[in-house]
Amino acid sequence: MTEEIIIAGFGGQGVLSMGKIMAYSAVMQDMEVSWMPSYGPEMRGGTANVTVIISSERISSPIIRHFDTGIILNQQSLDKFENAIKPGGVLIYDGNGITRHPERKDISIYRVDAAEEAARMNSSKTFNMVVLGGFIKVRPIIKLENVIKGLKKSLPERYHSLIPMNEKALIRGEEIITVVHKA
Amino acid sequence: MERELRLMKGNEAIAEAAIRAGVDGYFGYPITPQSEILEYLMEANPAETTGMIVLQAESEIAAINMVYGGAGCGKKVMTSSSSPGISLKQEGISYIAGAELPCLIVNVVRGGPGLGTIQPAQSDYFQSVKGGGHGDYHLIVLAPASVQEMADFVELSFDLAFKYRNPVLILSDGAIGQMMEKVYLKPQKPRATEFPDWATTGKSASRERNIITSLDLDPEGQEEFNHKLQAKYAEISKNEVRFEEFQCEDAEYLFVAYGTSARVCQKSVQIAREQGITAGLLRPVTLFPFPSVRINELAGKIKGILSVEMSSGQMVEDVLLAVNGKVQVKHFGRMGGIVTTPEEVVEKLKSFFIGG
Repeated sequence: MTEEIIIAGFGGQGVLSMGKIMAYSAVMQDMEVSWMPSYGPEMRGGTANVTVIISSERISSPIIRHFDTGIILNQQSLDKFENAIKPGGVLIYDGNGITRHPERKDISIYRVDAAEEAARMNSSKTFNMVVLGGFIKVRPIIKLENVIKGLKKSLPERYHSLIPMNEKALIRGEEIITVVHKA
Repeated sequence: MERELRLMKGNEAIAEAAIRAGVDGYFGYPITPQSEILEYLMEANPAETTGMIVLQAESEIAAINMVYGGAGCGKKVMTSSSSPGISLKQEGISYIAGAELPCLIVNVVRGGPGLGTIQPAQSDYFQSVKGGGHGDYHLIVLAPASVQEMADFVELSFDLAFKYRNPVLILSDGAIGQMMEKVYLKPQKPRATEFPDWATTGKSASRERNIITSLDLDPEGQEEFNHKLQAKYAEISKNEVRFEEFQCEDAEYLFVAYGTSARVCQKSVQIAREQGITAGLLRPVTLFPFPSVRINELAGKIKGILSVEMSSGQMVEDVLLAVNGKVQVKHFGRMGGIVTTPEEVVEKLKSFFIGG
């Protein structure tokens, strides 16, 4: 099993940390992972993206151009990565601020309005966990319990009191994700 | 003892491995994409645990000369930088090689020339294996292809550096420095309390004083010293060649690639084989000494070699020397901070050797 994922959005949305938690969760399941961030000029005040590869085997190239799953959190990233998803793959996006919605028919498209939901929950910082909850619902390669373990491992201890809030956000993400189109 | 599992960036892995290997001192200056090495060490503050000194020098040149001084005292010392900073260090590196001192230098390569870009590249190969500074010297050059190897090669580097009294360079790149993977960390080793007999640790009455220098104004003496150095490099070339083979047994076509490009080519091997092209990969782990003998052996059994490197074609010169005309050798690689894709590599292989 190999899952090649791109997560892309604005800097500050928690794109890189979502990828990190995803990677930690997979480590908890004894899988191989790689987490390759964009660290270039685009990161400084623009879009941020990270490639996460989760596999039961040794991972070859950490840098790839085609993905099984795209988690897309702004219009620029949608424009850039919609066509990078492999036929039959999955696109998850947040509708917030999207003016041109995804159009491909050969991939499955899901929508998770995480920004809106996190605002409603009064915890805009758990936005990325709502998205991650949506991801684990439609691509159950990592288990919720391992995401919690991953959170514990990746967060410094002084932030562990925030874990229940994040768990709530993850569960909410699982609940609110909707199918737009199934390939 | 149980090894500890962590998810780390390559840069962080080097820093943590340095603490655990019992390194005495790190001297550095920040530059992207390797600043996490210095940042991690500053945060970890090993002065309080192992006593390891971590110091941000006023410049790269100061840092390498602090390494020169520490190494002269027989201490395990290191520095790290990225391409433009490594250029600045070259004078000190040549002196350290000339004074036959052990140390570790880490280069997390970015695209050049000049200030270039902060994205990954492999265009410092010549600088690393063919000189860099002045004079007839070689560094031992290790090329990690994973975060695990970033960690493992720290201790290996010091073993080799002290064994041969020679500086060792870890030649990495921005991709391996910045990416996170699983890494198993070794338990903490104590710092050394005894030092080699050549080290300047304070002269006792019972022995001659130790002199650390790279200067000998007598050309006869200097030539003799150069012969000694060359004999050492020959010994290193005989003993320390390291490489990894990936599906080479039945390969008709061979990729030769190190570091990030080797990871890319591993995927290229899979893609090529799905298309019915039996490709294999030889990954040099040491770039000096280079696995020339093994490449020459394989050259007799295959139809073509594609050397893949994120450069205009530097390592390919060593591949050509190794192959010595036995089989056709081509180079492919993107430049300026663009990482070659596995698909591009397969397309190039086809267009060079198969036609299509």
